[in-house]
Amino acid sequence: MKRVARPATRGWAPNQLPAYPSSTKRAPQAAAIALPPQLLPSQGPRWGPEQLRAGAGDLTTQVPGGTAQGQRILVHGRVSDAAGRPEAHALIELWQANAAGRYLHAADQHAAPLDPYFIGAGQVLTDAQGCYEFLSIEPGAYPWGNHPNGWRPKHIHFSLFGAGFAARLVTQLYFPGDPLLPLDPIFMGIPQAAARARLVAKFDLTRTQPAWALAYRFDVVLRGCAATPLDAH
Amino acid sequence: MRRPTPAQTAGPYYSLGLDWWQAHPITHEPPAGAAICVRGQVLDGDGAPVPDALVEIWQANGAGDYPTRSAAAGEGFGRVSVDAEGRYTFLTHKPGPTTPQAAPHIHFTLLARGLMNPLVTRLYFADEAARNHRDPALARVPLARRATLIAALTPTGYCFDIHLQGPLETVFFDV
Repeated sequence: MKRVARPATRGWAPNQLPAYPSSTKRAPQAAAIALPPQLLPSQGPRWGPEQLRAGAGDLTTQVPGGTAQGQRILVHGRVSDAAGRPEAHALIELWQANAAGRYLHAADQHAAPLDPYFIGAGQVLTDAQGCYEFLSIEPGAYPWGNHPNGWRPKHIHFSLFGAGFAARLVTQLYFPGDPLLPLDPIFMGIPQAAARARLVAKFDLTRTQPAWALAYRFDVVLRGCAATPLDAH
Repeated sequence: MRRPTPAQTAGPYYSLGLDWWQAHPITHEPPAGAAICVRGQVLDGDGAPVPDALVEIWQANGAGDYPTRSAAAGEGFGRVSVDAEGRYTFLTHKPGPTTPQAAPHIHFTLLARGLMNPLVTRLYFADEAARNHRDPALARVPLARRATLIAALTPTGYCFDIHLQGPLETVFFDV
């Protein structure tokens, strides 16, 4: 009996999300056409430490003369493929709001203070075991005009490039226990609770730095050849 | 097997985190392909320009080879934010066919506010009709929609508009 291939993206948010009106005129209406792995490049871009900006893994000290305000956090984790193999030397790009919930972006007009010592962008590479870490501050929640009294839960944007072309992921890290999570159309756009839970970092006392920084663990599983079902043609 | 981490939208402020790595001329060695300009516009369901989208490209060199793992960092990869009119431009080399059956193509990934998942598509070249006709990925696209993936050759280079919706909605791929 021929088994039906299940796209690895099954269970992700649909493109068209009525509770997120920004998707209304932007989400494609036709179903995406599945391509088997043999019709995809087996690799994506290669990254190396030489092109990362100095200090890109410490978002708290990127502006000379001071340090970022807010709760210092160490975020770490492991990036792997679906078979559990490490995604080594994967590029992770990060961006986030400051502790008051404001982005350093011209389009963000939230009446919260900018932090002169916080930019809110960073880059790190995973090591040979797929592990990464960076230092930052806990972002604040911020209001958005999506719906009345709408607030995005605290989050850090992640962009990742794994070894394979299909191992490209753009997602968001959320924080455990955030009361805004069940109210957020973007987070709740993922239908299943188990899938949503994979976007919530875990508080990690073992990596929490005494008198310095709370630690959170955020593991990421990328698609790619190993994540593709064996029966996908 | 572990379940893949789901995607979330890049949101309105992606340029804060992603614009540090700008589009760059792709300089494969040897530069076997001719230098080309690829430009286009990203349009929404009303036909209005999308002024806040990020376009990424990934491609082989003129000989049809993707950069090796020892290539220079970022080789073969380009990235640019569209302008206020939703327009982008890449200066690159025309890729060669990556397999005997494949037509030359450039992979496109699109990120934007309102897109819950990255959109993946491909640019094929209008002046490669014979190869396009037998390309195995294009063969999976209904005939009536294939034209959305073919970049027109204009006096100033190749033109590849991306329609997120509408009668000309671009074909996107599930990879």
